[in-house]
Amino acid sequence: MSFFRRFSRSPEAVIGASILGVLVVMALFAPLLFPRDPLSIAGPALLRPFQDWSLPLGTDRLGRDVLAGLFHGARTSLAVGLASAATAIIIGTIVGTLAGFAGGLTDEALMRITDAFQTVPGFLLALAFVSVIGPSLFVVVLAIALGTWTGPARIARAEVLSIRERDYVASARVIGMHPLEIAFREVLPNALPPVLALSSVIVAAAILTEAALSFLGLGDPNRVTWGGMIAEGRTVLRSAPFLSIIPGIALVLTVLGVYLAGEGAVETTAVRRGRS
Amino acid sequence: MTAPLLVASGLHKRFSRGGKTVVALDNVSFEIGQGETLALVGPSGSGKSTVARTILRLIEPDAGNIHFEGEDFLAQHGARLRAGRAKLQMVFQDPLAAFNPRATVARVLDDPLRIHDLADRAHRPKIIASLLDRVGLSPNLRDRAIHEISGGQRQRVAIARALATKPALMVLDEAVSALDVSVRGQILELLLDLQEAENIAYLFISHDLGVVRSIAHRVAIMDAGRIVETGPAAEVVANPKSAIGKALVAATPKLLRKA
Ligand SMILES: Nc1ncnc2c1ncn2[C@@H]1O[C@H](COP(=O)(O)OP(=O)(O)OP(=O)(O)O)[C@@H](O)[C@H]1O
Ligand SMILES: [Mg+2]
Repeated sequence: MSFFRRFSRSPEAVIGASILGVLVVMALFAPLLFPRDPLSIAGPALLRPFQDWSLPLGTDRLGRDVLAGLFHGARTSLAVGLASAATAIIIGTIVGTLAGFAGGLTDEALMRITDAFQTVPGFLLALAFVSVIGPSLFVVVLAIALGTWTGPARIARAEVLSIRERDYVASARVIGMHPLEIAFREVLPNALPPVLALSSVIVAAAILTEAALSFLGLGDPNRVTWGGMIAEGRTVLRSAPFLSIIPGIALVLTVLGVYLAGEGAVETTAVRRGRS
Repeated sequence: MTAPLLVASGLHKRFSRGGKTVVALDNVSFEIGQGETLALVGPSGSGKSTVARTILRLIEPDAGNIHFEGEDFLAQHGARLRAGRAKLQMVFQDPLAAFNPRATVARVLDDPLRIHDLADRAHRPKIIASLLDRVGLSPNLRDRAIHEISGGQRQRVAIARALATKPALMVLDEAVSALDVSVRGQILELLLDLQEAENIAYLFISHDLGVVRSIAHRVAIMDAGRIVETGPAAEVVANPKSAIGKALVAATPKLLRKA
């Protein structure tokens, strides 16, 4: 309870959480409010916003409902953002924990692999991966995670290096616990907080990467995405700029919301830890 | 004469950090018999904790031998070493640092029972309750988090955890130093009772000669990685031969007044 009270005292955090809240509601209710396939034709092409109240944000070049696209796009953005961030954090934490806890050759090998991934820009990696395997939601999630797991891996490793010297790890060895159990049950959960503190940045970056991939036509073709909508609108940018601007604003607000809410949560827990 | 429980001979250990090497153990040899308490005393940095960590196989010595219950302890590895650890337990100085910050009392005591397969899941709660009882704690504490109990209670839980696997030797590295005087007395009392009941041997590391004289059978004095003097506790405390032993006794004014 006191977490929420302190959280709500920071205006940025509240703005972030509100944006996120709206987004989640949009994502959850998209199929109820717009049961029709958002990729199907809903009316005349290139209808301007606020002209026809059955199509409040107008239609695109092919006559598809922009508002329906915005709602269904929120679903894709959130799902891909959260899923790829979760995948990246899980892979990164496991690799970092193993490297830090095992030390020696295992550490050396795992960290060289991490280096290799880190030298290639994440977006290029995702681009190459999707172009080779072909776009689907699952592949996009994996592609984004592939370029972002190195950050969590490094942080987890640094944390594990300090934790493994603590007495409670020694006592776990003394009672005969298996090294893997020590790594994943005793050490890993205590190494998580600094990794999770990074999660809002990772989610925000993942949402942007997904949009960029879709913009280049490498998103899942069976789903509406904000990146795809922006790309679609680009061809008529002069005559109908709203087609790119509306999903663009949605994207910026989402990334901002995720970031602000995440920072707020981190700060609130940091304050709590500092006081206790 | 039965063979001693633990024989450590010729232990060497050096640490190197930033180009400098520290000789932490320099030809350290000692024995501990069944049910015996050997106290290890010495100034800070003399290598006492290194001895403890070496015989517990938390660090590997550069040279030397450790025989425990007649077997070459340093030759054991992997699953065999983990199983063998049941007989050799440790209680750490800082009872808060020695537990996973997320643990509860019940989980701490459940782990050794589960790992060494000492009881099936259904029977473990009963054993946990009896372990708590043996160290003088109420079974109601079982669901408390480790940070929710007092320092003295925590050290009792640490002793209960060490007892769970029915060890033959318990290493106590400054195990009572962090406790206040009245709690310290109770814990020492508990250790003596347990020794009497189960014939557990102790390697008791301390810098408090008063405590050492009241609990130990024999004393070994360490200085700069070497054992410089060993003998019966009362004798060594009353009449130390080594310079460092004399210094340690001189630094304990209460003891001199009593003597
Ligand atoms: N992991 C390590 N790396 C480097 N040097 C170490 C390490 N552990 C111990 N040492 C050094 O070895 C020496 C002996 O340390 P040890 O902890 O065994 O002393 P101690 O007798 O237990 O001291 P205290 O009474 O302060 O606990 C010290 O000089 C210490 O700095
Ligand atoms: Mg020490």
